[in-house]
Amino acid sequence: MIPQEFEYSAPTSLEEALHLISDGSAKVLAGGLSLIPLMKLRLAAPGHVVDLGRVPGLSYIREEGGKLHIGAMTTHYQIESSALVHSRCPLLAETAAHIGDVQVRNAGTIGGSVAHADPAADYPAALLALDAQVRLVTASGERTLPIQDFLVDTLTTALEPGELVAEVIVDVDVDGATGFCYQKMAHAASGFAIVGAAVRVRRSNGRVSFSRVGITGLAPKAFRATGVESLLQTPDDVASAAGAVADGIEANSDLAASAEYRCQMARVYTARALRQALARIA
Amino acid sequence: MSMATTVTKAETLVGRRLRRKEDPRLITGTATYVDDIQMPGMHYAAILRSPHAAARIRSLNVQPALDHPGVAAVFTGADVAGVGPVPCGASLPGLRVPAHSVLARDRVYFVGHPVAVVVATDRYVAADALDLIEVEYQPLPAVANPEKALEPGAPAVHPEWPDNLAFTYHQEGGEPDRAFAEADVVVRQRIISQRLIPTAMETRGVVADYRGAEKSLTIYSSTQIPHLMRSLVAQMLGLAENRLRVITPEVGGGFGSKLNVYAEEALMGFVAMKIGKPVKWIESRRENFQCTIHGRGHVDYYEIAARKDGAVLGLRLKLIQDLGAYHQLLTPAIPTLSVLMMPGLYKFRNVSADILGVFTNCVPTDAYRGAGRPEATHGVERMMDLLAAELRMDPAELRLLNFIGADEFPYATATGLSYDSGNYAEPLKKALDLVDYHRLREQQQQAKASGRLVGIGISTYGEICAFGPSPATPAGGWESATVKIEPSGAVTVMTGASPHGQGEETTFAQIAADELGVPIEDVIVVHGDTAIVQYGIGTFGSRGTAVGGPAVYYALQDLKAKILKFGELLLESSDVTFSGGVCTCNRTGKTVTLAQIAAASYRAMKLPPNTEPGLVATHFWEPPNFAFPFGAHIVVSEVDPETGQVEIKRYVAVDDCGKIINPLLVDGQVHGGVVQGLGQALFEQAVYDQDGQLVTGELMDYAVPKATMVPWIESDHTTTPSPVNPLGVKGVGEAGTIGCSPAVVNSVVDALGHLGVRHLDMPLTPEKLWKLIQAGGQA
Amino acid sequence: MKRRITLKINGKVYSHEVEPRMLLIHYLREVVGFTGPHIGCETSICGACTVALDEKIVKSCTMLAVQADGREVLTIEGLASNGTLHPVQEAFWNEHALQCGFCTPGMIMASKQLLERNPRPTDEQIRHALEGNLCRCTGYQHIVNAVRTAASRMGA
Repeated sequence: MIPQEFEYSAPTSLEEALHLISDGSAKVLAGGLSLIPLMKLRLAAPGHVVDLGRVPGLSYIREEGGKLHIGAMTTHYQIESSALVHSRCPLLAETAAHIGDVQVRNAGTIGGSVAHADPAADYPAALLALDAQVRLVTASGERTLPIQDFLVDTLTTALEPGELVAEVIVDVDVDGATGFCYQKMAHAASGFAIVGAAVRVRRSNGRVSFSRVGITGLAPKAFRATGVESLLQTPDDVASAAGAVADGIEANSDLAASAEYRCQMARVYTARALRQALARIA
Repeated sequence: MSMATTVTKAETLVGRRLRRKEDPRLITGTATYVDDIQMPGMHYAAILRSPHAAARIRSLNVQPALDHPGVAAVFTGADVAGVGPVPCGASLPGLRVPAHSVLARDRVYFVGHPVAVVVATDRYVAADALDLIEVEYQPLPAVANPEKALEPGAPAVHPEWPDNLAFTYHQEGGEPDRAFAEADVVVRQRIISQRLIPTAMETRGVVADYRGAEKSLTIYSSTQIPHLMRSLVAQMLGLAENRLRVITPEVGGGFGSKLNVYAEEALMGFVAMKIGKPVKWIESRRENFQCTIHGRGHVDYYEIAARKDGAVLGLRLKLIQDLGAYHQLLTPAIPTLSVLMMPGLYKFRNVSADILGVFTNCVPTDAYRGAGRPEATHGVERMMDLLAAELRMDPAELRLLNFIGADEFPYATATGLSYDSGNYAEPLKKALDLVDYHRLREQQQQAKASGRLVGIGISTYGEICAFGPSPATPAGGWESATVKIEPSGAVTVMTGASPHGQGEETTFAQIAADELGVPIEDVIVVHGDTAIVQYGIGTFGSRGTAVGGPAVYYALQDLKAKILKFGELLLESSDVTFSGGVCTCNRTGKTVTLAQIAAASYRAMKLPPNTEPGLVATHFWEPPNFAFPFGAHIVVSEVDPETGQVEIKRYVAVDDCGKIINPLLVDGQVHGGVVQGLGQALFEQAVYDQDGQLVTGELMDYAVPKATMVPWIESDHTTTPSPVNPLGVKGVGEAGTIGCSPAVVNSVVDALGHLGVRHLDMPLTPEKLWKLIQAGGQA
Repeated sequence: MKRRITLKINGKVYSHEVEPRMLLIHYLREVVGFTGPHIGCETSICGACTVALDEKIVKSCTMLAVQADGREVLTIEGLASNGTLHPVQEAFWNEHALQCGFCTPGMIMASKQLLERNPRPTDEQIRHALEGNLCRCTGYQHIVNAVRTAASRMGA
């Protein structure tokens, strides 16, 4: 259980890193939690690994222009334990705390996680519910994509050769008026989400004035359940709205859960997350 | 001679909650497991394994691997033709034993079957070279399910035996046909005990070191049975047994999976002898899942016969055992243990059992914690609950009605065993009190009335352990001990049992310290090296304390007799008592310490009549019978109707393992055992697909319980000493596992009983339960 | 091509040329000789290989040695100071929180990390903090006891 040989680069600036990956042949190493197990099992055998661990300025959490900007190399633990994230974007902190285990959260990064696009990862659900954007950089420029456009398919993103995830940008919920919740049914062995539902809701005059529902684990890629959002007109609609979460979805099916069961668990966990989110509104 | 006052120990060490003597090295990271061994010139082996469950090897080209820099050698099946077969120690009439060579010859029989071994200067190089070997396989039809393997036209695992039957075995006692004919009620159920992966946290590993000039081979192996391994591997390699030394360093868990001799031990010995350098092989987790034995693997068809008042009359069992592709050391013997234990704690006078041992294209099954008894207990305890449901009786009442009485011991069972001692109602009553059973049943009714799915499950288990009388075991069932008192008075116990986490370095020291009246710090316990320790059998089958302990005890009695003789000599008295570490003349009050006696015995200026110098005693203890622990486990569970997830609300275990040497260690055994049973009940299952691919191939897929997945275990005891051994102990290593799974399943069936659910097969995955709830209880 | 790495392990500086693909666990165990951390799987589940890297525990089987270049590693061997056991080690011993001992070094490192971040954990928090460490022997109950008693001793 040993990786194959590879060339290794540890750039010390973003420019150097972007130059090293510019021809698209290198594999980028962030925390390593996704890449290294694949390399050990020899399911991945990159010829050149570019380690971002020594690139300064990629690990930060800061509030700018009403948004939270999180550097790609920020670890799950930094997000889970950040006072700023807790006060401005508690959904993301709650989700980060559900990822893997302590060791994984200490080393794994948000950039590495989104770039890997595991369909059972936790972050994508929250990022969809947070209207997140992913800022991508290359040696020659940058672009910013909404998370739903960034996630293309199972283990596939919109990253072009030579492109790097620089940061993730999420909406800020300032006043406690937004209820939030991430609920997941975890795989007993791997801890990944069989289904996970991340939600944000606001109320106004007894009605639900705003809702965002991100779902992971159910489908080949995480998605925003807009059908649920539009059905959720009042707090009394939770059950019926959550019931629509799997409508039109081709659900994953594997040893852990059949498609039928996954769909139903998505409904159950979406409803539970919505109820708790509504109850949390200050 | 000093005039010391007689020391009377306030209390014995046996029975006390003492922390372990073995722990300092383990908590500081300084213990030595096999993979921690490094030697000058050491080479590393990597094993190429079949990706197919059944295939012919059409061609095998190892040259590219041989050409890889750093590779010292590559060996294939043709090279190891002189190495003897992987041994099967079990014998049954008519048993078909497939030829089992250490590397595949022209055909592979399961995914993971070893095909070639690469030896290199570095484990990274060995891994690289493995990928360079070119194998052309011709895949063949495979069968991975034992019932499918029995169907006409199923692929033959071994072409010479197209029916896939390795053996059939019949046993009966009493008059089962008559019992069933006369019964008021007969209940039938098919019950599955699924394949499990033992998953010791340390995978297997072997280091082999050959000294050509001495023609001596040393094998370091993570095993439960160093001496048996020495005998068997010496045979495989054609070595004189005194030229092979097996050392068992720290062993990171076994649970039966290391009660075996695998291809790799002989293979590494072969490699070391060929290349003249030490070689190390460490199993990966994937290899461990694919190639180390699995446990369980039963499909059982039960029938229970009873009178309408609840008195049980008879039990019938058809047991289909998934053996896998080969017999490992005890593979075919394991289901026979299920038959022996099938009556459980009840007065079944009429029993009948038929075993069908079936080959499949899977890794062999063999002993895994409980080895046949968890399956039997699960069966009889499910059947008792099914009978209770049929008769609308309380499951606790039904059990109390049918228990063998406390005054009926020794009790001869219909399966030919003699239960040593017991009071089966006592732990059940204690457990019922602990959960406040009648109130609990009322609370359950209220909960159910409000739509909650709450269940109460009872399991009253018995187990056969302390393996065992030699005529009833494949390799001798005794155990050995040597106790040495050095000239300084320091005490060394050498046990033939080879513990690996059970804590015998502590419990045997407790016994020795009590018997000799010395501080426990003065005693060390040595094990696991065939060049140091006298021949022994090993640790498995809850035998360490119950068979190894008495061997220590009797060696100490021999030694004490000798100590007394020296005491009499030194005190010039025939009226001497040895107690509290000193010999005292009962007339003068003069004393002589153990250290003084030891020094005198080695100095040997004067010797007592007919007495040799020195203070060493060895005892090989043959147990006259097995020991039979028992107990009652009660589980309160609640099923989430929306998701099917099971929450264990309470787990109460009342175990009777006879006298207890160290309650702290017994608690640890119970907790760990229960959690392995819980793993089977709720989470674990080795899944092969229809082509024989192991789908649960890593810890990512196979759910070993984590800290968050297990309940608090409320553990209590009753104490019924065993009359079989002088310590009164029965054994506790497997009890928790055996008692657990039926209690959990019974509770969940009880939670869903009002929906019409009468049986559930393990593991009780959320989806399985959710589907049943959706279907209103109809599977 | 090999690369030189220099790192501090258990308070002492080590420098070696290593292949970039060398896993940190192999570097610690086979190059430097700290065999306390163990290898129990290859998929970052079991936690036997847990060590602290710059005071944060990681699974050293899922990290390249080159990633640890210039950083500080603490293994189980570095926990006791001057022959005095760390309170978590002492508690594991007193509470019989180990049997075969294979998971123990990782389990102790994870417990220590928990108590650094949460000195008064509930039983549920203890179990949650140990999710990344499998034990097949103890059923975890004595481990939970050990962490709880270590917490009260360290808080005292």
